[in-house]
Amino acid sequence: MSEMSYNEIVLEHFTNPRNVGEIQDPDGEAILTSKVCGDMMKVQIKVENGAVADIKFKTFGCGAAIASSSIATEMVKGKTVEEALKITNNAVVDALGGLPPAKLHCSVLAEQAIKMALEDYVNKHKQG
Amino acid sequence: MDRHVYLDHAATTFVKKEVLDEMLPYFAEKYGNASSLHRDGREARAAIDRARSRTAGAIGARDEEIIFTSGGTESDNLAIKGVAEAYEQKGRHIITTKIEHDAVLNTCEYLEKKGFEVTYLPVDEYGLVSPETLEKAIRSDTILISVMFANNEIGTLEPIDKIGEIARAKNIIFHTDAVQAVGSVPIDVEKMKIDMLSLSAHKIYGPKGTGALYVKKGIKLSPQSHGGAHESKRRAGTENVPGIVGLGKAIELAGANIGGYAERLRAMREKLIRGIQENVSDVRLNGHPEKRLPGNANFSFEFIEGEALLLLLDMAGISSSTGSACTSGSFKPSHVLSAIGLPAEIAQGSVRFTFGDANKEGDADYCIEQIIKIVQRLRAMSPLFAQEKGMRKNV
Repeated sequence: MSEMSYNEIVLEHFTNPRNVGEIQDPDGEAILTSKVCGDMMKVQIKVENGAVADIKFKTFGCGAAIASSSIATEMVKGKTVEEALKITNNAVVDALGGLPPAKLHCSVLAEQAIKMALEDYVNKHKQG
Repeated sequence: MDRHVYLDHAATTFVKKEVLDEMLPYFAEKYGNASSLHRDGREARAAIDRARSRTAGAIGARDEEIIFTSGGTESDNLAIKGVAEAYEQKGRHIITTKIEHDAVLNTCEYLEKKGFEVTYLPVDEYGLVSPETLEKAIRSDTILISVMFANNEIGTLEPIDKIGEIARAKNIIFHTDAVQAVGSVPIDVEKMKIDMLSLSAHKIYGPKGTGALYVKKGIKLSPQSHGGAHESKRRAGTENVPGIVGLGKAIELAGANIGGYAERLRAMREKLIRGIQENVSDVRLNGHPEKRLPGNANFSFEFIEGEALLLLLDMAGISSSTGSACTSGSFKPSHVLSAIGLPAEIAQGSVRFTFGDANKEGDADYCIEQIIKIVQRLRAMSPLFAQEKGMRKNV
Protein backbone atom coordinates (compact mmCIF):
# COMPACT_ATOMS: atom_id res chain seq x y z
CA MET A 1 0.00 0.00 0.00
CA SER A 2 2.99 2.25 0.44
CA GLU A 3 4.87 3.90 -2.38
CA MET A 4 1.75 4.38 -4.41
CA SER A 5 2.92 7.60 -5.99
CA TYR A 6 3.50 7.83 -9.72
CA ASN A 7 6.38 9.51 -11.52
CA GLU A 8 6.04 12.39 -13.99
CA ILE A 9 6.02 10.19 -17.12
CA VAL A 10 3.22 8.01 -15.75
CA LEU A 11 1.18 11.03 -14.73
CA GLU A 12 1.73 12.69 -18.10
CA HIS A 13 0.53 9.61 -20.02
CA PHE A 14 -2.36 9.16 -17.61
CA THR A 15 -3.45 12.79 -18.01
CA ASN A 16 -2.94 12.92 -21.79
CA PRO A 17 -3.29 9.34 -22.95
CA ARG A 18 -2.29 8.66 -26.58
CA ASN A 19 -4.36 6.49 -28.93
CA VAL A 20 -7.61 6.50 -27.01
CA GLY A 21 -10.57 5.59 -29.17
CA GLU A 22 -11.90 3.02 -31.57
CA ILE A 23 -11.11 1.90 -35.13
CA GLN A 24 -13.86 1.21 -37.68
CA ASP A 25 -13.30 -2.25 -39.20
CA PRO A 26 -10.12 -3.15 -37.32
CA ASP A 27 -7.80 -5.83 -38.67
CA GLY A 28 -7.32 -7.23 -35.20
CA GLU A 29 -8.90 -6.61 -31.81
CA ALA A 30 -8.99 -7.95 -28.27
CA ILE A 31 -10.58 -7.22 -24.96
CA LEU A 32 -8.90 -8.45 -21.80
CA THR A 33 -9.75 -8.28 -18.10
CA SER A 34 -6.98 -8.43 -15.52
CA LYS A 35 -7.34 -11.41 -13.22
CA VAL A 36 -5.43 -9.48 -10.58
CA CYS A 37 -7.60 -6.38 -10.13
CA GLY A 38 -10.47 -6.47 -12.62
CA ASP A 39 -9.14 -3.69 -14.85
CA MET A 40 -10.08 -4.05 -18.51
CA MET A 41 -8.42 -3.02 -21.77
CA LYS A 42 -9.76 -3.12 -25.31
CA VAL A 43 -7.29 -2.85 -28.21
CA GLN A 44 -7.96 -2.46 -31.94
CA ILE A 45 -5.34 -2.37 -34.68
CA LYS A 46 -5.12 -1.51 -38.34
CA VAL A 47 -2.32 -3.28 -40.24
CA GLU A 48 -0.85 -2.00 -43.49
CA ASN A 49 2.06 -3.69 -45.32
CA GLY A 50 2.68 -5.96 -42.35
CA ALA A 51 3.05 -3.04 -39.92
CA VAL A 52 0.81 -1.58 -37.22
CA ALA A 53 -0.54 1.46 -39.06
CA ASP A 54 -2.95 2.47 -36.34
CA ILE A 55 -3.80 1.32 -32.85
CA LYS A 56 -6.53 2.49 -30.48
CA PHE A 57 -7.47 1.48 -26.97
CA LYS A 58 -10.09 1.94 -24.29
CA THR A 59 -9.23 1.11 -20.71
CA PHE A 60 -11.26 0.73 -17.54
CA GLY A 61 -8.61 1.01 -14.89
CA CYS A 62 -6.40 2.94 -12.56
CA GLY A 63 -3.76 5.53 -13.38
CA ALA A 64 -1.10 2.89 -14.05
CA ALA A 65 -3.40 0.89 -16.33
CA ILE A 66 -4.26 3.95 -18.43
CA ALA A 67 -0.64 5.15 -18.58
CA SER A 68 0.55 1.63 -19.52
CA SER A 69 -2.11 1.43 -22.25
CA SER A 70 -1.02 4.78 -23.63
CA ILE A 71 2.73 4.17 -23.73
CA ALA A 72 2.45 0.54 -24.88
CA THR A 73 0.27 1.49 -27.84
CA GLU A 74 2.80 4.21 -28.71
CA MET A 75 5.61 1.64 -28.56
CA VAL A 76 4.06 -0.75 -31.09
CA LYS A 77 2.69 1.85 -33.47
CA GLY A 78 4.60 1.73 -36.79
CA LYS A 79 6.36 -1.53 -35.91
CA THR A 80 5.94 -4.68 -37.99
CA VAL A 81 3.56 -7.20 -36.46
CA GLU A 82 6.50 -9.54 -35.68
CA GLU A 83 8.39 -6.76 -33.90
CA ALA A 84 5.28 -5.59 -32.10
CA LEU A 85 4.66 -9.11 -30.76
CA LYS A 86 8.02 -8.93 -28.97
CA ILE A 87 6.81 -6.18 -26.62
CA THR A 88 7.25 -7.11 -22.96
CA ASN A 89 5.69 -5.65 -19.86
CA ASN A 90 9.20 -4.87 -18.61
CA ALA A 91 9.77 -2.69 -21.66
CA VAL A 92 6.49 -0.92 -20.91
CA VAL A 93 7.52 -0.33 -17.30
CA ASP A 94 10.96 0.92 -18.39
CA ALA A 95 9.42 3.31 -20.89
CA LEU A 96 7.26 4.69 -18.09
CA GLY A 97 10.33 5.19 -15.92
CA GLY A 98 9.04 2.61 -13.43
CA LEU A 99 5.76 1.80 -11.69
CA PRO A 100 5.01 1.26 -7.99
CA PRO A 101 5.51 -2.47 -7.19
CA ALA A 102 1.80 -3.03 -6.55
CA LYS A 103 1.05 -1.63 -10.01
CA LEU A 104 3.34 -3.79 -12.13
CA HIS A 105 0.43 -6.05 -13.13
CA CYS A 106 -1.14 -3.07 -14.93
CA SER A 107 1.70 -3.16 -17.46
CA VAL A 108 1.03 -6.87 -17.98
CA LEU A 109 -2.58 -6.08 -18.91
CA ALA A 110 -1.42 -3.63 -21.60
CA GLU A 111 1.20 -6.00 -22.97
CA GLN A 112 -1.17 -8.97 -23.13
CA ALA A 113 -4.15 -7.10 -24.58
CA ILE A 114 -1.95 -5.71 -27.36
CA LYS A 115 -0.46 -9.15 -28.06
CA MET A 116 -3.95 -10.63 -28.21
CA ALA A 117 -5.05 -8.01 -30.75
CA LEU A 118 -1.92 -8.74 -32.83
CA GLU A 119 -2.56 -12.47 -32.63
CA ASP A 120 -6.16 -11.90 -33.64
CA TYR A 121 -4.83 -10.19 -36.76
CA VAL A 122 -2.33 -13.01 -37.42
CA ASN A 123 -5.04 -15.68 -37.06
CA LYS A 124 -7.48 -13.88 -39.32
CA HIS A 125 -4.72 -13.26 -41.83
CA LYS A 126 -3.77 -16.95 -41.91
CA GLN A 127 -7.32 -17.97 -42.60
CA GLY A 128 -7.13 -15.64 -45.51
CA MET B 1 -5.09 25.21 -10.50
CA ASP B 2 -4.66 26.85 -7.12
CA ARG B 3 -7.93 25.84 -5.59
CA HIS B 4 -7.64 23.21 -2.88
CA VAL B 5 -10.70 21.44 -1.54
CA TYR B 6 -9.97 18.92 1.19
CA LEU B 7 -12.70 16.29 1.25
CA ASP B 8 -10.93 13.59 3.22
CA HIS B 9 -11.71 14.52 6.83
CA ALA B 10 -12.45 10.88 7.65
CA ALA B 11 -8.77 10.16 6.91
CA THR B 12 -7.53 12.96 9.12
CA THR B 13 -8.11 16.61 10.00
CA PHE B 14 -5.92 19.66 10.57
CA VAL B 15 -5.03 20.61 14.14
CA LYS B 16 -7.07 23.60 15.29
CA LYS B 17 -5.19 26.65 16.48
CA GLU B 18 -6.76 26.54 19.95
CA VAL B 19 -5.63 22.92 20.24
CA LEU B 20 -2.10 23.60 19.05
CA ASP B 21 -1.81 26.62 21.36
CA GLU B 22 -2.61 24.46 24.38
CA MET B 23 -0.18 21.75 23.27
CA LEU B 24 2.86 23.88 22.50
CA PRO B 25 4.04 24.68 26.06
CA TYR B 26 4.24 20.94 26.81
CA PHE B 27 7.08 20.37 24.36
CA ALA B 28 9.85 22.69 25.50
CA GLU B 29 8.66 24.54 28.61
CA LYS B 30 6.45 22.21 30.62
CA TYR B 31 8.34 19.06 29.71
CA GLY B 32 8.04 17.15 32.98
CA ASN B 33 7.38 13.44 33.22
CA ALA B 34 3.95 12.95 34.78
CA SER B 35 5.34 10.11 36.92
CA SER B 36 7.87 12.42 38.63
CA LEU B 37 7.10 13.76 42.07
CA HIS B 38 8.70 17.19 41.63
CA ARG B 39 6.97 20.35 40.41
CA ASP B 40 7.69 19.60 36.76
CA GLY B 41 6.11 16.18 37.10
CA ARG B 42 3.12 17.57 38.95
CA GLU B 43 2.59 20.13 36.22
CA ALA B 44 2.46 17.38 33.58
CA ARG B 45 0.21 15.25 35.78
CA ALA B 46 -2.22 18.14 36.22
CA ALA B 47 -2.36 18.62 32.44
CA ILE B 48 -3.13 14.93 31.90
CA ASP B 49 -5.78 14.99 34.61
CA ARG B 50 -7.46 17.96 32.96
CA ALA B 51 -7.41 16.22 29.57
CA ARG B 52 -8.82 13.08 31.16
CA SER B 53 -11.74 15.00 32.64
CA ARG B 54 -12.45 16.68 29.33
CA THR B 55 -12.35 13.36 27.47
CA ALA B 56 -14.52 11.60 30.02
CA GLY B 57 -16.97 14.51 30.06
CA ALA B 58 -17.37 14.43 26.29
CA ILE B 59 -18.71 10.86 26.30
CA GLY B 60 -20.44 10.71 29.67
CA ALA B 61 -17.74 8.62 31.36
CA ARG B 62 -15.87 8.98 34.64
CA ASP B 63 -12.29 10.22 34.65
CA GLU B 64 -10.83 6.94 35.89
CA GLU B 65 -12.51 5.12 32.99
CA ILE B 66 -10.29 6.80 30.38
CA ILE B 67 -6.98 5.24 29.22
CA PHE B 68 -4.86 7.36 26.91
CA THR B 69 -3.32 5.50 23.98
CA SER B 70 -1.45 6.23 20.77
CA GLY B 71 -4.68 6.30 18.73
CA GLY B 72 -7.69 4.39 17.48
CA THR B 73 -5.73 1.33 16.41
CA GLU B 74 -4.07 0.87 19.78
CA SER B 75 -7.39 1.46 21.56
CA ASP B 76 -9.05 -1.26 19.47
CA ASN B 77 -6.16 -3.65 20.06
CA LEU B 78 -6.14 -3.01 23.79
CA ALA B 79 -9.91 -3.38 24.08
CA ILE B 80 -10.24 -6.60 22.12
CA LYS B 81 -7.05 -8.43 23.08
CA GLY B 82 -7.23 -7.05 26.61
CA VAL B 83 -10.72 -8.45 27.18
CA ALA B 84 -10.02 -11.69 25.29
CA GLU B 85 -7.04 -12.47 27.53
CA ALA B 86 -8.71 -11.34 30.74
CA TYR B 87 -11.89 -13.36 30.15
CA GLU B 88 -10.69 -16.43 28.29
CA GLN B 89 -11.54 -18.63 31.25
CA LYS B 90 -15.16 -17.56 30.79
CA GLY B 91 -15.24 -18.16 27.06
CA ARG B 92 -13.43 -17.72 23.76
CA HIS B 93 -16.14 -16.42 21.46
CA ILE B 94 -16.23 -12.87 20.07
CA ILE B 95 -18.88 -11.23 17.91
CA THR B 96 -18.03 -8.43 15.50
CA THR B 97 -19.10 -7.33 12.01
CA LYS B 98 -17.81 -7.69 8.48
CA ILE B 99 -17.46 -3.93 8.07
CA GLU B 100 -15.18 -3.06 10.98
CA HIS B 101 -12.00 -1.09 10.50
CA ASP B 102 -8.90 -3.22 9.94
CA ALA B 103 -7.78 -2.36 13.48
CA VAL B 104 -10.67 -4.49 14.74
CA LEU B 105 -10.81 -7.08 11.94
CA ASN B 106 -7.12 -7.89 11.96
CA THR B 107 -7.05 -8.03 15.76
CA CYS B 108 -9.92 -10.54 15.63
CA GLU B 109 -8.11 -12.57 12.98
CA TYR B 110 -5.05 -12.61 15.19
CA LEU B 111 -7.15 -13.93 18.08
CA GLU B 112 -8.61 -16.61 15.82
CA LYS B 113 -5.07 -17.88 15.29
CA LYS B 114 -4.71 -17.97 19.06
CA GLY B 115 -7.75 -20.24 19.38
CA PHE B 116 -10.60 -17.75 19.80
CA GLU B 117 -13.73 -18.06 17.70
CA VAL B 118 -15.06 -14.97 15.98
CA THR B 119 -18.48 -14.43 14.39
CA TYR B 120 -18.43 -11.73 11.72
CA LEU B 121 -21.98 -10.42 11.41
CA PRO B 122 -23.27 -9.52 7.96
CA VAL B 123 -24.82 -6.14 7.19
CA ASP B 124 -27.71 -5.13 4.94
CA GLU B 125 -27.38 -3.14 1.69
CA TYR B 126 -27.03 0.09 3.70
CA GLY B 127 -24.33 -1.33 5.95
CA LEU B 128 -26.61 -1.78 8.97
CA VAL B 129 -26.11 -4.59 11.46
CA SER B 130 -29.33 -6.28 12.57
CA PRO B 131 -29.71 -6.38 16.36
CA GLU B 132 -31.83 -9.53 15.96
CA THR B 133 -29.07 -11.31 14.04
CA LEU B 134 -26.61 -10.18 16.67
CA GLU B 135 -28.76 -11.52 19.48
CA LYS B 136 -29.00 -14.89 17.75
CA ALA B 137 -25.22 -15.05 17.40
CA ILE B 138 -24.69 -14.82 21.16
CA ARG B 139 -23.53 -18.07 22.77
CA SER B 140 -22.86 -19.12 26.33
CA ASP B 141 -19.14 -18.61 25.72
CA THR B 142 -19.43 -15.17 24.10
CA ILE B 143 -17.22 -12.73 26.00
CA LEU B 144 -17.18 -9.67 23.76
CA ILE B 145 -19.27 -7.84 21.18
CA SER B 146 -17.43 -5.25 19.08
CA VAL B 147 -19.53 -3.16 16.66
CA MET B 148 -18.37 0.14 15.24
CA PHE B 149 -20.38 3.27 16.00
CA ALA B 150 -20.09 4.62 12.46
CA ASN B 151 -18.48 3.09 9.42
CA ASN B 152 -15.41 4.89 8.13
CA GLU B 153 -16.08 4.24 4.43
CA ILE B 154 -19.82 4.57 3.91
CA GLY B 155 -20.66 6.52 7.09
CA THR B 156 -23.47 4.24 8.24
CA LEU B 157 -24.46 4.74 11.88
CA GLU B 158 -25.04 1.41 13.61
CA PRO B 159 -27.92 0.83 16.09
CA ILE B 160 -25.54 1.21 19.03
CA ASP B 161 -28.15 1.77 21.74
CA LYS B 162 -30.04 -1.38 20.72
CA ILE B 163 -26.83 -3.41 20.67
CA GLY B 164 -25.90 -1.96 24.06
CA GLU B 165 -29.28 -3.01 25.39
CA ILE B 166 -28.82 -6.60 24.18
CA ALA B 167 -25.25 -6.89 25.41
CA ARG B 168 -26.10 -5.51 28.86
CA ALA B 169 -29.11 -7.84 29.19
CA LYS B 170 -26.90 -10.83 28.34
CA ASN B 171 -24.05 -9.55 30.51
CA ILE B 172 -21.58 -9.45 27.63
CA ILE B 173 -18.95 -6.73 27.28
CA PHE B 174 -19.77 -4.31 24.46
CA HIS B 175 -16.96 -2.42 22.71
CA THR B 176 -17.49 0.15 19.99
CA ASP B 177 -14.94 1.75 17.70
CA ALA B 178 -16.23 5.32 17.68
CA VAL B 179 -13.23 6.88 15.94
CA GLN B 180 -15.40 8.31 13.14
CA ALA B 181 -18.40 9.18 15.28
CA VAL B 182 -16.87 11.21 18.10
CA GLY B 183 -17.33 14.90 17.38
CA SER B 184 -20.05 14.32 14.78
CA VAL B 185 -22.63 12.41 16.80
CA PRO B 186 -23.60 12.88 20.48
CA ILE B 187 -22.34 9.96 22.55
CA ASP B 188 -23.25 8.98 26.09
CA VAL B 189 -21.69 5.69 27.16
CA GLU B 190 -23.98 5.46 30.19
CA LYS B 191 -27.24 5.88 28.26
CA MET B 192 -26.05 3.78 25.32
CA LYS B 193 -24.80 1.01 27.60
CA ILE B 194 -21.35 1.01 26.03
CA ASP B 195 -18.67 -0.80 28.05
CA MET B 196 -15.65 0.17 25.97
CA LEU B 197 -15.16 2.86 23.35
CA SER B 198 -12.20 3.70 21.11
CA LEU B 199 -11.56 7.26 19.99
CA SER B 200 -8.82 9.18 18.25
CA ALA B 201 -7.66 12.81 18.41
CA HIS B 202 -6.68 13.38 14.79
CA LYS B 203 -10.20 12.87 13.45
CA ILE B 204 -11.47 15.75 15.60
CA TYR B 205 -8.88 18.47 14.86
CA GLY B 206 -6.40 17.14 17.41
CA PRO B 207 -2.92 15.69 16.92
CA LYS B 208 -2.05 12.36 15.31
CA GLY B 209 -0.65 9.66 17.56
CA THR B 210 -3.08 10.20 20.43
CA GLY B 211 -6.28 8.45 21.30
CA ALA B 212 -8.17 7.01 24.20
CA LEU B 213 -10.01 3.91 25.29
CA TYR B 214 -12.95 4.22 27.64
CA VAL B 215 -13.29 1.14 29.83
CA LYS B 216 -16.30 0.95 32.13
CA LYS B 217 -15.38 0.58 35.77
CA GLY B 218 -15.23 -3.09 36.81
CA ILE B 219 -14.16 -4.47 33.45
CA LYS B 220 -10.91 -6.38 33.58
CA LEU B 221 -8.34 -5.68 30.92
CA SER B 222 -5.12 -7.55 30.31
CA PRO B 223 -2.48 -4.92 29.45
CA GLN B 224 -0.94 -5.20 26.00
CA SER B 225 2.25 -3.34 26.79
CA HIS B 226 4.28 -4.13 29.87
CA GLY B 227 6.38 -1.69 31.82
CA GLY B 228 5.62 1.01 34.35
CA ALA B 229 2.39 1.56 36.24
CA HIS B 230 1.07 4.23 33.90
CA GLU B 231 -2.65 4.61 33.16
CA SER B 232 -3.63 2.53 36.21
CA LYS B 233 -1.34 -0.30 35.07
CA ARG B 234 -3.31 -0.78 31.88
CA ARG B 235 -1.01 0.97 29.40
CA ALA B 236 2.67 1.21 30.26
CA GLY B 237 4.86 3.96 28.86
CA THR B 238 5.58 7.61 29.62
CA GLU B 239 2.49 9.61 28.70
CA ASN B 240 2.50 11.67 25.51
CA VAL B 241 1.68 14.85 27.44
CA PRO B 242 1.38 17.32 24.52
CA GLY B 243 -0.71 14.81 22.56
CA ILE B 244 -2.99 14.11 25.51
CA VAL B 245 -3.41 17.83 26.14
CA GLY B 246 -4.30 18.22 22.45
CA LEU B 247 -6.87 15.42 22.61
CA GLY B 248 -8.43 16.98 25.70
CA LYS B 249 -8.81 20.37 24.06
CA ALA B 250 -10.00 18.92 20.73
CA ILE B 251 -12.68 16.75 22.30
CA GLU B 252 -13.85 19.62 24.50
CA LEU B 253 -14.21 21.88 21.46
CA ALA B 254 -15.99 19.13 19.52
CA GLY B 255 -18.46 18.49 22.33
CA ALA B 256 -19.30 22.17 22.75
CA ASN B 257 -20.23 22.51 19.10
CA ILE B 258 -21.53 19.14 17.97
CA GLY B 259 -24.97 20.20 16.74
CA GLY B 260 -23.83 23.16 14.69
CA TYR B 261 -20.90 21.23 13.25
CA ALA B 262 -23.06 18.33 12.15
CA GLU B 263 -25.63 20.69 10.62
CA ARG B 264 -23.02 22.59 8.62
CA LEU B 265 -21.45 19.38 7.31
CA ARG B 266 -24.79 17.87 6.48
CA ALA B 267 -25.80 20.91 4.39
CA MET B 268 -22.59 20.74 2.30
CA ARG B 269 -22.82 16.96 1.99
CA GLU B 270 -26.47 17.05 0.87
CA LYS B 271 -25.63 19.64 -1.74
CA LEU B 272 -22.93 17.36 -3.13
CA ILE B 273 -25.21 14.32 -3.16
CA ARG B 274 -28.00 16.22 -4.93
CA GLY B 275 -25.60 17.74 -7.43
CA ILE B 276 -24.10 14.37 -8.33
CA GLN B 277 -27.39 12.50 -8.51
CA GLU B 278 -28.94 15.19 -10.72
CA ASN B 279 -26.01 15.53 -13.11
CA VAL B 280 -24.27 12.17 -13.38
CA SER B 281 -25.88 9.00 -14.74
CA ASP B 282 -25.19 5.49 -13.44
CA VAL B 283 -24.10 6.59 -10.00
CA ARG B 284 -24.92 5.00 -6.67
CA LEU B 285 -24.82 6.49 -3.19
CA ASN B 286 -23.35 3.93 -0.81
CA GLY B 287 -24.49 3.78 2.80
CA HIS B 288 -27.76 4.73 4.44
CA PRO B 289 -29.69 7.75 3.12
CA GLU B 290 -30.30 9.14 6.64
CA LYS B 291 -28.49 7.03 9.22
CA ARG B 292 -25.04 8.27 8.22
CA LEU B 293 -22.28 10.53 9.45
CA PRO B 294 -23.10 14.15 8.57
CA GLY B 295 -19.94 14.73 6.56
CA ASN B 296 -19.81 11.46 4.61
CA ALA B 297 -20.74 10.86 0.98
CA ASN B 298 -19.63 7.69 -0.80
CA PHE B 299 -20.44 7.16 -4.46
CA SER B 300 -19.89 4.38 -6.97
CA PHE B 301 -19.50 5.75 -10.48
CA GLU B 302 -20.15 2.88 -12.84
CA PHE B 303 -17.81 2.06 -15.73
CA ILE B 304 -14.81 3.90 -14.28
CA GLU B 305 -12.15 3.05 -11.76
CA GLY B 306 -11.87 4.94 -8.49
CA GLU B 307 -8.16 5.58 -8.48
CA ALA B 308 -8.23 7.21 -11.91
CA LEU B 309 -11.03 9.46 -10.68
CA LEU B 310 -9.15 10.22 -7.47
CA LEU B 311 -5.98 11.19 -9.40
CA LEU B 312 -7.83 13.55 -11.73
CA LEU B 313 -9.71 15.06 -8.79
CA ASP B 314 -6.36 15.55 -7.06
CA MET B 315 -5.07 17.37 -10.13
CA ALA B 316 -8.13 19.62 -9.86
CA GLY B 317 -7.21 20.30 -6.23
CA ILE B 318 -9.78 17.98 -4.63
CA SER B 319 -8.59 15.46 -2.03
CA SER B 320 -10.75 12.34 -1.77
CA SER B 321 -10.35 8.62 -1.07
CA THR B 322 -11.24 5.40 -2.90
CA GLY B 323 -12.18 1.82 -2.07
CA SER B 324 -11.03 0.52 -5.44
CA ALA B 325 -9.17 -2.77 -5.56
CA CYS B 326 -6.16 -1.51 -7.43
CA THR B 327 -5.45 1.10 -4.77
CA SER B 328 -5.90 -1.12 -1.74
CA GLY B 329 -2.80 -3.17 -2.46
CA SER B 330 -4.81 -6.32 -1.79
CA PHE B 331 -6.44 -6.31 -5.25
CA LYS B 332 -9.81 -6.85 -3.66
CA PRO B 333 -12.39 -4.11 -3.51
CA SER B 334 -13.08 -2.70 -0.06
CA HIS B 335 -14.44 -5.28 2.39
CA VAL B 336 -17.17 -2.81 3.35
CA LEU B 337 -18.43 -2.41 -0.22
CA SER B 338 -18.33 -6.19 -0.68
CA ALA B 339 -20.30 -6.64 2.56
CA ILE B 340 -23.11 -4.34 1.37
CA GLY B 341 -23.35 -6.53 -1.74
CA LEU B 342 -21.81 -4.22 -4.29
CA PRO B 343 -20.52 -6.17 -7.33
CA ALA B 344 -16.73 -5.91 -7.68
CA GLU B 345 -16.78 -3.91 -10.92
CA ILE B 346 -19.07 -1.30 -9.37
CA ALA B 347 -17.10 -1.19 -6.13
CA GLN B 348 -14.07 -0.41 -8.33
CA GLY B 349 -15.54 2.99 -9.13
CA SER B 350 -16.14 4.08 -5.55
CA VAL B 351 -14.93 7.35 -4.12
CA ARG B 352 -15.48 8.79 -0.66
CA PHE B 353 -15.84 12.49 0.10
CA THR B 354 -15.83 13.58 3.75
CA PHE B 355 -16.56 17.17 4.74
CA GLY B 356 -15.24 19.01 7.76
CA ASP B 357 -13.97 22.32 9.05
CA ALA B 358 -11.50 22.74 6.20
CA ASN B 359 -14.49 23.26 3.89
CA LYS B 360 -16.32 26.41 3.04
CA GLU B 361 -19.33 27.51 1.07
CA GLY B 362 -18.82 26.72 -2.60
CA ASP B 363 -16.65 23.64 -2.10
CA ALA B 364 -19.51 21.27 -2.88
CA ASP B 365 -20.33 23.22 -6.07
CA TYR B 366 -16.73 23.12 -7.24
CA CYS B 367 -16.57 19.40 -6.49
CA ILE B 368 -19.78 18.70 -8.43
CA GLU B 369 -18.50 20.65 -11.42
CA GLN B 370 -15.18 18.75 -11.46
CA ILE B 371 -16.74 15.32 -10.90
CA ILE B 372 -19.11 15.82 -13.86
CA LYS B 373 -16.18 16.67 -16.16
CA ILE B 374 -13.85 13.94 -14.93
CA VAL B 375 -16.44 11.16 -14.95
CA GLN B 376 -17.35 12.09 -18.51
CA ARG B 377 -13.70 12.04 -19.53
CA LEU B 378 -12.98 8.65 -17.97
CA ARG B 379 -16.15 7.10 -19.33
CA ALA B 380 -15.19 8.24 -22.81
CA MET B 381 -12.14 5.95 -22.54
CA SER B 382 -13.89 3.09 -20.77
CA PRO B 383 -14.62 -0.08 -22.76
CA LEU B 384 -17.30 -0.94 -20.18
CA PHE B 385 -19.18 2.29 -20.83
CA ALA B 386 -19.01 1.75 -24.60
CA GLN B 387 -20.34 -1.80 -24.15
CA GLU B 388 -23.13 -0.67 -21.88
CA LYS B 389 -24.17 2.14 -24.19
CA GLY B 390 -24.36 -0.19 -27.20
CA MET B 391 -20.93 0.32 -28.74
CA ARG B 392 -21.76 3.73 -30.15
CA LYS B 393 -18.77 4.16 -32.40
CA ASN B 394 -17.36 7.59 -33.16
CA VAL B 395 -20.31 9.38 -31.65
